[in-house]
Amino acid sequence: MRGMYIHIPFCHQICHYCDFNKVFFKNQPVDEYIESIGNELSILVEEGHSFKNLETVFLGGGTPTSLSEKQLDRLLEIIHQYVDIGSLKEFSTEANPDELTSGKLSVLKNGRVDRLSIGVQSFDTELLKRIGRTHGADDPLKVIKEARQLGFENISIDLIYGLPGQTSKQWEDTLDKALSLELPHYSGYSLIVEPKTVFYNLMNKGKLPLPGEDIETSMFSMLIDRMEAAKRQQYEISNFSIPGKESIHNLIYWENDEYAGIGAGAHGYLKGKRYANIGPLKKYMENADNGTRPIINQHEVTKIESMEEEMFLGLRKTAGVPFNSFETKFGKTLLEVYGVVIEDLSNKGLVEVAEDSLKLTRKGIFRGNEVFQEFLK
Amino acid sequence: MNHEERLARQKNIRNFSIIAHIDHGKSTLADRLLEKTETVSSREMKSQTLDSMDLERERGITIKLNAVQLSYTAKNGEDYTFHLIDTPGHVDFTYEVSRSLAACEGALLVVDAAQGIEAQTLANVYLALDNDLEILPVINKIDLPAADPDKVKQEIEDVIGLDASEAVHASAKAGIGIEEILEQIVEKVPAPTGDPQAPLKALIFDSHYDQYKGVIVNIRIVEGTVKPGDKIRMMATGKEFEVIETGVFTPNISLRDELSVGDVGFLSAAIKNVGDTRVGDTITNAKTPASEPLPGYRRLNPMVFCGLYPIDSSKYVDLREALEKLELNDSALEYEAETSQALGFGYRCGFLGLLHMEIIQERIEREFKIDLITTAPSVVYNVVTTDGKELKVDNPSMMPDAQKIDHVEEPYVKASIMVPNDYVGSVMELCQQKRGNFITMDYLDASRVNIIYELPLAEIVYDFFDQLKSSTKGYASFDYELIGYKTSKLVKMDILLNGEQVDALSFIVHRDFSYERGKAIVEKLKNLIPRQQFEVPVQAAIGQKIVARSTIKSIGKNVLAKCYGGDISRKRKLLEKQKEGKKRMKQVGSVEVPQEAFMAVLKMDED
Repeated sequence: MRGMYIHIPFCHQICHYCDFNKVFFKNQPVDEYIESIGNELSILVEEGHSFKNLETVFLGGGTPTSLSEKQLDRLLEIIHQYVDIGSLKEFSTEANPDELTSGKLSVLKNGRVDRLSIGVQSFDTELLKRIGRTHGADDPLKVIKEARQLGFENISIDLIYGLPGQTSKQWEDTLDKALSLELPHYSGYSLIVEPKTVFYNLMNKGKLPLPGEDIETSMFSMLIDRMEAAKRQQYEISNFSIPGKESIHNLIYWENDEYAGIGAGAHGYLKGKRYANIGPLKKYMENADNGTRPIINQHEVTKIESMEEEMFLGLRKTAGVPFNSFETKFGKTLLEVYGVVIEDLSNKGLVEVAEDSLKLTRKGIFRGNEVFQEFLK
Repeated sequence: MNHEERLARQKNIRNFSIIAHIDHGKSTLADRLLEKTETVSSREMKSQTLDSMDLERERGITIKLNAVQLSYTAKNGEDYTFHLIDTPGHVDFTYEVSRSLAACEGALLVVDAAQGIEAQTLANVYLALDNDLEILPVINKIDLPAADPDKVKQEIEDVIGLDASEAVHASAKAGIGIEEILEQIVEKVPAPTGDPQAPLKALIFDSHYDQYKGVIVNIRIVEGTVKPGDKIRMMATGKEFEVIETGVFTPNISLRDELSVGDVGFLSAAIKNVGDTRVGDTITNAKTPASEPLPGYRRLNPMVFCGLYPIDSSKYVDLREALEKLELNDSALEYEAETSQALGFGYRCGFLGLLHMEIIQERIEREFKIDLITTAPSVVYNVVTTDGKELKVDNPSMMPDAQKIDHVEEPYVKASIMVPNDYVGSVMELCQQKRGNFITMDYLDASRVNIIYELPLAEIVYDFFDQLKSSTKGYASFDYELIGYKTSKLVKMDILLNGEQVDALSFIVHRDFSYERGKAIVEKLKNLIPRQQFEVPVQAAIGQKIVARSTIKSIGKNVLAKCYGGDISRKRKLLEKQKEGKKRMKQVGSVEVPQEAFMAVLKMDED
C-alpha cells in the first residue's frame, strides 16, 4: 500500500454536477463520523495492514473543509495516531475557496498537511453561480495568497470546462487567471453529466445548454496548449504540473498500485482486492464502530484484469506504461500480451511505441477511451 | 365408437371462431367463454389464455392459431361440444385466417359498441361469408358510456348486409351476455355435415413443432375418421406418415381414441418438418384415400424480403441454426444464404408481411441471442430487360444496370381504409404521397367513409399503417389485398460511405421522388452514424450520378477527463459499456454503422 484516501462526505452546498457520495452538513453526526474513521483505521490495523510506510494521504470529499477547525483538528489527530507522518511524501487535502479560513489553514499546517487542492472550477462569477458553487471569482486569489503566506507552496486548483453556457472565451479567461497565479499544479476536467445530479435532471428536460463536442474538444485543446506554454506539463490526461510537482497520490491510482480507501463510500485496493465501502453514513458508522470492515463489496483482481487496469490506467499518464515495469509485474512482456492491439492502435495513430514505454499520441489523448477499451477482454 | 354414436355426437358439435378488430375484445370474450363452460376455472385463468407466445401477449395480437374444445350443457338439457378456433389478428396472416374459418360452421362477429366496424373486421367477415359461415353479431363493450348499440346494429346491416336484430348485447369484461352467446351458438351454428364413413378428409389449419412429438398438426375433420395407427397422406405434398396420437386441446393436450367428423383437434405422426404440413392442405387416409382434396389450398408466397446479417460475423452459423429452428414452426418463412459486400455473410429472408418480419427478427435476437442487422425490407420487382428477359428482384442491390432495363413492374395492393369523414383529407394526402391511385369512396353512414386506393406494396410495407394512424388520431383502420403488378418509373438509389458503395443500403425509389429521398437519406444517415475516426462523406447516387451529399464529422474527443478518484471499477464499467456499444455496430469498410441505419432508408417520411 502506497497511499491512503479519506472521504469526508459533507458539504454545505451541493454542486450541480457532483455525483460523489455526499450529504448536506447540517444535522449530520459529523463528530461521530470522524471517530468512525478512526475505528475503520483500527480495524485495518488489526487485520494486519500497516500504515507505517505510506507515501501519501489524501483528504477528499464531499468537502474536507466543511469541517470546523475543531473537527479538522481531531481528524488530523486520528490520522497522526495511525500514520507515520514522517514517511509521507505528500499530505493533501481538497478545499473549497470560501471555506478555507485562516484558522483552518493553520490547523492543516499544524497537522502537517502540505498540499492543497482547491476546487476553483471557474473564474467566472456567473458560471460559478450556475453550477451551484458558493464562492466568487476572487475568493481563490485571497485564499491562495494567505496559504502561501502560511508556507503552503504545493497548491493545485481544479478547473472544469464544457460547462453549460460556457464559451471558449470564458474558458480562455479562466485559464489566463489560473495561470497568472503561477501554481505548480493544475487539474482541468471536462464536465460529465452524471445521473442523480441537478444537471442530469435539467438535461433530461432539455434545459442544459452544453457547448457540444466540437467546442469541448477545442477547450481541451486550449487547456493543453496553454498549460504547456506556461511550462505546466501535461503528465496525465487532466493534470498539469511543473516537473517534480505531480500529484503523487493520483499517480498511485494510475500506476495501478495499492491504496487504502477510508470513509463512507470510499474505494480502496488492498492485498489484491478492490473494495468499496458502504455509502450511507449510518450504516458505514455502525459497521466501523462495531469492529467490522464497512465494505459493501470487494473483488479479487485477476491477473488478466490487473493487466487490463495497468493499461487503461497507465496510459492516462503521458509517460505511458513502461515496458520493464509491466514485465516485472506480470512476468510477460507488454508486446507478448497486447501486441496485436498495440499494432492496430499504432496504425490508427493513437499510440506510440517509444523506446521504453507505450504512450498515447496527442490524437490518442483526445480519444483515450477508444484506446483503453481495446485492452479490455 | 360405432357409426350411430358418431352421428349422434356430430349432431351436437358446434365449430366457431371469433372475428374482431384488435381491441374490440376478442381475447377477453374467448376467456369468458372458457370460464363459463368451465373449460378453464377462473382460478387458473391467466388473462387471455389463447395467446400463448410472450410476444403475442406483449403486442396484444394473436400470431399462432389455437383451437380449444369446450363442453356446454344448453338450456334444452343437451350436452354440446364446442370448438373455438382462434384466428390471427393481422393482415399479414390473411390466408391462415381464411383456413381457420374454413374449419368452422359459424363465427361470432364481435363489434365494439362505441367504435363500430373496422376495415380489418370487414375483411374477415367477407372471408367468413366466402366460407359460408353462419355469422352471429355480438355487440361488445355494451357497458361503456359511449356505447351506441343501435347505431352499430344499423351499421352491421348496412355495411355487411347481415340481420343484426338478434345481435347479442354483451360485455366480455363484465361477463354480460355470455350465456346468450352460448345459446345462440347452439341454436344458429349448423352442426357439421360430413359422413364419418367416407374416406378421411381433414383440413390442416395450423401446425407447430414440438421437440418430443415432432410436428403437431391442427386439423378439422370434414369427412371420415382418423385414429392412432392410421396411415395418412398429405394430399398436396404426397408425404405419408403413421398417426401416433390424436387428441384435442382443452386447452391442454387431451388424447382421444379417434377424431371424427366435426372434431377440431390435432394429430402427431413423427413428422419432422412443418413444411410437410402446409396450412390448407388436406390429410387423407393412405389406404382409402379421398378422390378430391378440400378446396382452397394455396402455397403461401412471401411478399416482403430483407437481409438478416449477424453483427458479429462469427455468429453466421448460429443464425442459420436459428432460422432452421424457426422454420420448423413457420412454413411461411423462407431464407437463402446471401453475401453482401458491406455486411458479409447473411440470409435473404422472405416474410408474409412486415409484422411477420419483425416477429422473426425479434425472436432471433431474444431467443437465440444474436444481434442482427436487418436491411430495409423490399418487395419483389419484375424487371424486364432490354433483351426481353424477365427477372424477379427481391434485393435492390441485385437490380441490373439502368441501361439494361426496359421497364420495371412492382406489386400493387388494393387498400381499403375506414375512417371518420373528418379525416378523409389527411388519408387522401397520405395515399397520394405514397403514389396511390384513388379508386372510390363509400359512405358507410353519415360519418364514416371507406376509401379505396391502389397503392404500391413497397410504399406500405414499412410504416404506412403507423403513419395512417397518426394522421387520423388512431381512428383509421386498414386492410389490403394484392392485386398484381404494374409498370412504374423506378430507379435504384445507391448509398456511398466514404466513397464506397454500400450494397446493403441500396433501395428502389420512384424517379420523381428520387432527389428528395436522396437528400433526406444522406441527412438521416449523417445523424444516425456516430462520428468516425475521420471525416466520412455520405452520398446518394443514381447510377454514376451523385444526387445528394452530407458529411459525418470526425471524433473530436472521447476520453474520460473527469475526476474519478480511486473508483477504478467505475472507470472499467464505463469503458466496457462503450466497448459493448461498439460491438452493436457493423464495420462497413472503414466506417462503423449502427443497426438502425440499415432500416433508415425506408423510414423517411416522419422527418
